[in-house]
Amino acid sequence: MTDIRRFVDGLLSNTDDVPDQLLQHLYSIQHQYSHIPEEAIQLLSERLHIPRVEIISIVYFYAFLHMRDRGDFDIRFSDNITDRMLGNLPLLESLCKKLGVEPGVPRADGKVTVDLTSCTGLCDQGPALLVNGMAVSRLDEDRIHKMVGLIEAGVPVDKWPKKFFAIEDNIQRRDKLLDDVITRGSAIEAFAVRGSDGLLEAIDKSGLRGRGGAGFKTATKWRFCRDAPGEEHYVICNADEGEPGTFKDRILLNSYANVVFEGMTMCAGVIGATKGFLYLRGEYLYLRPALEHLLQERRDAGLLGKNILGRKGFDFDIEIHMGAGAYICGEESALIESLEGKRGIPRNRPPFPVTRGYKNQPSVVNNVETFVAAARIAVFGADWFCSAGTEQSCGTKLLSISGDCARPGIYEYPYGVSIRQILEDCGAEDTQAVQVSGPAGFTIPPQEFYRKIAFEDVPTGGSFMIFNQQRDLLEMVQNFNQFFCHESCGFCTPCRIGGTLMKDLLNKVIVGHATAYDLNEMKKIGHLMQKTAHCGLGATAPNPVLDTMEKFPGIYSKRLLNRSYEPAFDLDAALEVSRHITGRDDEGAHIRYER
Amino acid sequence: MSTENTFRLDGKDIPFEDGDTVMDAALRAGEYIPHLCHNPDFEPHGSCRICVVDVNGKHECSCTLPASEGMDVDNSSEAIVDKRRTLLQMLFVEGNHVCPACEKSGACQLQAVAYHSGMLNPHFTHFFPKRSIDSSHPDIVFYFNRCILCGLCVRVSRDVDKKSVFSLSGRGSKTRIIFNSPSGEAGDTQLAITDKAVSVCPTGAILPKHLGYETPVGKRLYDCLPISVVGDAAKYHAVKKPFLNGDPDE
Repeated sequence: MTDIRRFVDGLLSNTDDVPDQLLQHLYSIQHQYSHIPEEAIQLLSERLHIPRVEIISIVYFYAFLHMRDRGDFDIRFSDNITDRMLGNLPLLESLCKKLGVEPGVPRADGKVTVDLTSCTGLCDQGPALLVNGMAVSRLDEDRIHKMVGLIEAGVPVDKWPKKFFAIEDNIQRRDKLLDDVITRGSAIEAFAVRGSDGLLEAIDKSGLRGRGGAGFKTATKWRFCRDAPGEEHYVICNADEGEPGTFKDRILLNSYANVVFEGMTMCAGVIGATKGFLYLRGEYLYLRPALEHLLQERRDAGLLGKNILGRKGFDFDIEIHMGAGAYICGEESALIESLEGKRGIPRNRPPFPVTRGYKNQPSVVNNVETFVAAARIAVFGADWFCSAGTEQSCGTKLLSISGDCARPGIYEYPYGVSIRQILEDCGAEDTQAVQVSGPAGFTIPPQEFYRKIAFEDVPTGGSFMIFNQQRDLLEMVQNFNQFFCHESCGFCTPCRIGGTLMKDLLNKVIVGHATAYDLNEMKKIGHLMQKTAHCGLGATAPNPVLDTMEKFPGIYSKRLLNRSYEPAFDLDAALEVSRHITGRDDEGAHIRYER
Repeated sequence: MSTENTFRLDGKDIPFEDGDTVMDAALRAGEYIPHLCHNPDFEPHGSCRICVVDVNGKHECSCTLPASEGMDVDNSSEAIVDKRRTLLQMLFVEGNHVCPACEKSGACQLQAVAYHSGMLNPHFTHFFPKRSIDSSHPDIVFYFNRCILCGLCVRVSRDVDKKSVFSLSGRGSKTRIIFNSPSGEAGDTQLAITDKAVSVCPTGAILPKHLGYETPVGKRLYDCLPISVVGDAAKYHAVKKPFLNGDPDE
């Protein structure tokens, strides 16, 4: 029996042999072998009765799964704009040089691969990277130098210095959600006292709206789901915190996970679910052992499993599912597809998950922070919650603050706080712009710093990235645009192709070959994407371009050629081959652009 | 006149039944909404977005949108047709579509919908992707240059032929069709020329071998039939057959 067969057998005996577990098996296999071996695909195909071709298509969908061996050390530098501002690219270059590798290509001896990845959620303590899935923070030249030694000596990652992996919560401001920790079980006990209707009433009265950004009323969602007919109901916690610049769920899952689980358990009690999932982004793998431990503690304490708190028929348990490097899986229907072990392609809606979600059964999908808020409302009541915030946006919001400021980290504010106030509190000076709610959100110029964080003004999932006057905002736009192109699922025409066209036009602007015509083209493509894309990712992907064109026209106009039209290809670059052949590099062998 | 169970499409009342999409009801009423990834014989998909319509001021995908009372659907204003045309232009530059050199020309849905929508040029910069041809199958040839990733062959092979010969792999601009065989080639799959999946391609990406150019230009599908037969493979074969045996005009 081969080693791979033994490993796959072990995986399949651990769980029910159902197709839903496919992505989880692939994740484990990748972790064990640093790739998905052909033999494993064959075995999974036979045992789970899934066509081989579908397994391969899933491997190619998720950024953390690979057919080609990544070696003993699989390294991915986080490549959010905040990592770039902290100098991730020179560090990547330095590591590649010292190790003798090209980015993205496994080293010839098969030992190591160095690559880039989308934001890993350590923007407040970057630049960051993942090594074999484990997060390393606060990179500098010294740390890179030490890593080279460890890699060349073949020291396994679990033997690396502990301080490499030290991740701080970095909470800078606490309010209703983060203030005092509630004792374990207290939210479920409060729920038992209030009853389902009582709890729904309290959550309704509290005005709680989804914290992921969309802001759907939580009580309404739970009611819809409870009232939807189905053989099973499911609770799903969306911990696929992929929006670049967001890291609040990292803190909640690290230090407030019990409250998260209480919120999920209450929701299960309300909608009649016996099973729940925590869909944890692959980048947060390091949080998993503690979370599993906590779940076991809760089972042992009678807070999960059969007859919770001794109440007959209150059965509920939570399973952790790992994501594998796909931002799109933060979209609730794509997340459900991924939970079912498939490629994360958003579903057609309606039907919505509350009526047809996981396995086509009624499902509640809520953000981590929403579950925390719901649990605390159960304990402290609606009035306590409403005493903060605005009329349309009750309570508080966790903001993940990064970029150009003295004190990045987690800030909890009552809704209604002005952007100016936040900038003052975190020590931001000379600010040129703030990107609120991530690349899919809004670029806020100084003349709008009076605006407030609230559903009715500037809504946000929690990302708050600050750019000072020295920054070139076009670099931000380009970083976000590349991010969206990398994360597009490829399903619909406007996002798949429009995104690429936008990328090419943006590059044309950046190299100084664009004209006013090209800006109009970008607008036209952007508007088409907003109106016709299949899901929220595609519809918001052009936002950074459209928003900055409107609010920071200067960053574009100063790079434009003063002519009506310029071809898409670079005339001067096209002459490079001729220059090489003729050995010429003089003035006459170049085409110069006039501004 | 009762307006129960009807919606308006370009000013006309369109009756619909429970479970109908806007596309279902429109096609039944003889109103054509351009589409590529949708085929009335199969479950809706909603990926190409060509069937975009304006419903009460919001852009919607008509093949997946459930019909409902009070909808006011705009299927043919210049604003909507312009969006459609732009989406078509995107599809044309994403692949390598050389109509004059393609055997499907004249019977190609992509080409026909482009004509229908008044697309006169590709407008955008061509991607000129390097894509392969797979001719390993004895009866069928695959020109991936012409694939628009509509997923029809994938769905039909899985749901109708029950073979799952294809899959859409990768993501974003790297999405592509792959074959279910150890070699990754079409010839090693269980695909047969009689499979439904072979006849549903809306472009010239999947073509039968051995009958090249048998139907002369001028007598091909859309030379003879209106655009509304788009997507109906059965009709395609019904008209194609007599052409192979002689001139339909005789």
